[in-house]
Amino acid sequence: MPFIANTPDQQKQMLAEIGLTMDGLFADIPPELMCASFNLPAGLSEQQVRNHLAELADKNSTNLICFLGGGFYDHFIPAAVYSIISRGEFYTSYTPYQPELSQGTLQAIYEYQSVICRLTEMEAANASLYDGGTAMYEAMMMALRITGRNKVIIDDTVNPIYRVMIRSYTRNLNIELEQTHSIDGLANRQQILQKIDDKTAAVILQNPNFFGCIDDFTDIANAAHQKGALLIVSCYPISLGILKAPGSMDADIVTGEGQSLGMPMSFGGPYLGFMATKMQYVRKMPGRIVGETKDRFDRRAFVLTLQAREQHIRRDKATSNICSNEALCALTALVYLSLLGKKGLKQTAQLCADKASYAYQRLTAIPGVKPHFRAKWFFNEFVLDLPREAADVIAKLIEKGFAAGFPLSRYYEGMENSMLICVTEKRTKQQIGMLAEALESIL
Amino acid sequence: MIAEGLLYTKDHEWAKIEGNTATVGITDYAQQMLGEITYVELPAVGKEFRSHDEMAVVESSKSAGDVYSPVTGTVSEVNPKLASNPELINDDCCGAGWLCKLTITDTKSIENLMNTKQYEEYLKGL
Repeated sequence: MPFIANTPDQQKQMLAEIGLTMDGLFADIPPELMCASFNLPAGLSEQQVRNHLAELADKNSTNLICFLGGGFYDHFIPAAVYSIISRGEFYTSYTPYQPELSQGTLQAIYEYQSVICRLTEMEAANASLYDGGTAMYEAMMMALRITGRNKVIIDDTVNPIYRVMIRSYTRNLNIELEQTHSIDGLANRQQILQKIDDKTAAVILQNPNFFGCIDDFTDIANAAHQKGALLIVSCYPISLGILKAPGSMDADIVTGEGQSLGMPMSFGGPYLGFMATKMQYVRKMPGRIVGETKDRFDRRAFVLTLQAREQHIRRDKATSNICSNEALCALTALVYLSLLGKKGLKQTAQLCADKASYAYQRLTAIPGVKPHFRAKWFFNEFVLDLPREAADVIAKLIEKGFAAGFPLSRYYEGMENSMLICVTEKRTKQQIGMLAEALESIL
Repeated sequence: MIAEGLLYTKDHEWAKIEGNTATVGITDYAQQMLGEITYVELPAVGKEFRSHDEMAVVESSKSAGDVYSPVTGTVSEVNPKLASNPELINDDCCGAGWLCKLTITDTKSIENLMNTKQYEEYLKGL
């Protein structure tokens, strides 16, 4: 079945009508960008395609015991999450422009915004963004709009993937990006405080940071505010079950990756960017926002609100070109959090921290394995130094059935022997013991 | 309905000149086009604008419009009532619904503004 719906005859007719040839139609595309051939193989039958895809899928190791983190986390997902979100009414609905038809979706998004606010201890959240990295970029742009300034300070403890994204987004913009270099696993306070001046729009930090270390940025928030700059904090939502929320550090914009809230880890997503801010900045926030109102019978109702920020009204003056959201992923996060409840989230976070602490003790007892940082405060990730190159050791551990960690040399100079290890509530004492034994046998 | 004694721009702002102060707002035509006004983003006091610079944003339930400075000057005062009562612009756009006051720094910038009669003619041509 051809993918293009019209026949060659119809195409000829249409071209004749407008007086063009097919090549003429695409004449605006520079020749060097035109594909000589798409090199597409002949079609396959459904059965052949299934076999082919199954063979490809078999190349993935899906049954490794996962100690990988670095921004995406292997948490337990209750079966009810998928059952609820896959209801047709949620699963297939598009952006809810029409409140009279979309109360269910709108209410779900409103509740999602509410849980994000409670989790981050902020006043207003949007209906979600693409992922943690784009959310951070959007927060930075928002800070530029609010302050009318163009200098941004970002510490290298912020997820390197996010920093790469920010660099590629801002390459052609007039933004002065200054990176500070962490000390002993924590954001470099001295450098940051020195760099904050009256041209600074924002300081961007992360908690727990990429190395898993935890911090309290209240002092940096104060210093930034004194100079009229904003503090942006990216956070790991599960950790907020037990950690101090960015809102109580007086952060101005809070973003993060919401995958850990009920979404499986999968290459390329779909993931969930969340964003929350103070009420005073809500009109500068990108993305959709659902608000609560009353209908003409005085009944509680929900609508998209503050739409004058968005591109269908403000055109080129819109706060952002992002006006889609990840509604189904946002719903997933909402369902996950409501199934866990306040207690469940706290318990999950505590289990992560306790198990990581146990793994830290167990693994650093192995001869030759040492903690990389002196700082002992971490949530569920920590950095170990091995007696040899970490990438090698990790490759060997994959053969033994473990996704053992992340080789930090990929993003950090001088960390060839360092590995970032993550422990979630899913890992058992036995699995941690097995990893320790496997690691010891390799070294 | 076009108020007397004011000067006008083609973008439907008005300016009332008293000494070197210009009080600025949007015209009845503009408020009618926007509909029910829900929010106004005003400039910071002390900010300098040249005439035609974007100065404020007026948001209504269905639209949002930029307000351009009718003169060259520095913001000396903004209407404090608009934060909680933006509908003042609908009710009394040329009076209680004023947006801000500017200290004029270039008196030549006033010369291009239209008087009531000219603005009336201009509206007829739209």
